[in-house]
Amino acid sequence: MARVIHKFTRNVPHWQPRLTPVKLAEATPEQLEALQVTPSNTKVSDYVLTLAHDVESLKVRSPLFNAIMYDAGGLSRSERELGALAASMVNRCIYCAAVHADRHAKIEKDTTTTDALFAAGEKADLNPRDRAIFDFARKSAEAPPTAGAADMEALRQVGLSDAEILDLILSAALFGWANRLMHVLGDPVRKTEDA
Amino acid sequence: MSIFETTSLRVAGVEVDGKTAKAISGRHNIIEMTQAAEDAVLRPRDSGAFGHNLRAALAARVARLAQDDVLASHYLARAGDKAALADPTETGAAQGLSAVLAFIDKVANQTRDIAAEDVSGLQAAGVEDADIVRLCELVAFLAYQTRLIAGLRLMQGAA
Repeated sequence: MARVIHKFTRNVPHWQPRLTPVKLAEATPEQLEALQVTPSNTKVSDYVLTLAHDVESLKVRSPLFNAIMYDAGGLSRSERELGALAASMVNRCIYCAAVHADRHAKIEKDTTTTDALFAAGEKADLNPRDRAIFDFARKSAEAPPTAGAADMEALRQVGLSDAEILDLILSAALFGWANRLMHVLGDPVRKTEDA
Repeated sequence: MSIFETTSLRVAGVEVDGKTAKAISGRHNIIEMTQAAEDAVLRPRDSGAFGHNLRAALAARVARLAQDDVLASHYLARAGDKAALADPTETGAAQGLSAVLAFIDKVANQTRDIAAEDVSGLQAAGVEDADIVRLCELVAFLAYQTRLIAGLRLMQGAA
């Protein structure tokens, strides 16, 4: 049995697909390559097996995702996670929000920021730099996007460089993409055995 | 292709000698991969139930929903006989695409309200699971691209 989660949490749920994922035994050579399945690595998540239905997109999206979130330089890892979290909260992607709030808390070794965001939403009490970052990412994620010149100016006022601003634009935009896969194609669930 | 010739930088008006070019060149790999992703969702080798003209029309439609008329024009020019579907007021009923267009519009601009019934509704309308994933990737990529472009424009304007 599985119960669908509707509230934001840092306790990462299971992701249950709403359609039938690709079966590994029936995967094409191109799908196996994109899934990076090898004799020693045959564990692939249902999420990735679902995306393998569109293998051409999956192949290019995975390295792009990793570059935006993890490449060296520019915006700090935890601030990229904050951009991802802001978008995920706008789109109410409970699964994405859990993963990226958890990463933010682990990198920072502090749950204060994500506790505040989950308790008070966009009105959370944040330090000025986090406030500027969160607001820019949140407004970028609205549909249609509403971030404007004043939001950009706020980023510069708290000291973000061009390289950092670009990374924030990218991480928030990337979650406009990721949320529309995770939140649309599956449900975040808690299985009763670990409830 | 130079990164300054990619769709995203051209539509955002980023120029090779512009004030944001240095920061953007520092992430040239990401800009290159963004173009590769565009090619994968707009012109895949295996396009499933949705041909290249239809994909371009749907991309133009999503760009319009994001209020980016420049990007919409870019895709509309590639939509051929499917161009009428780029108009967000077009329901697609005559082409048998009303369920598909309603789903795309909701994923694009009411993402948070998407529920299991939206996916099961498409399945009931006869859309294969693989094609549902393809539709999601197309809309989701456009959500990324429109926001990247909007951010790049702001960077240039406020620098």
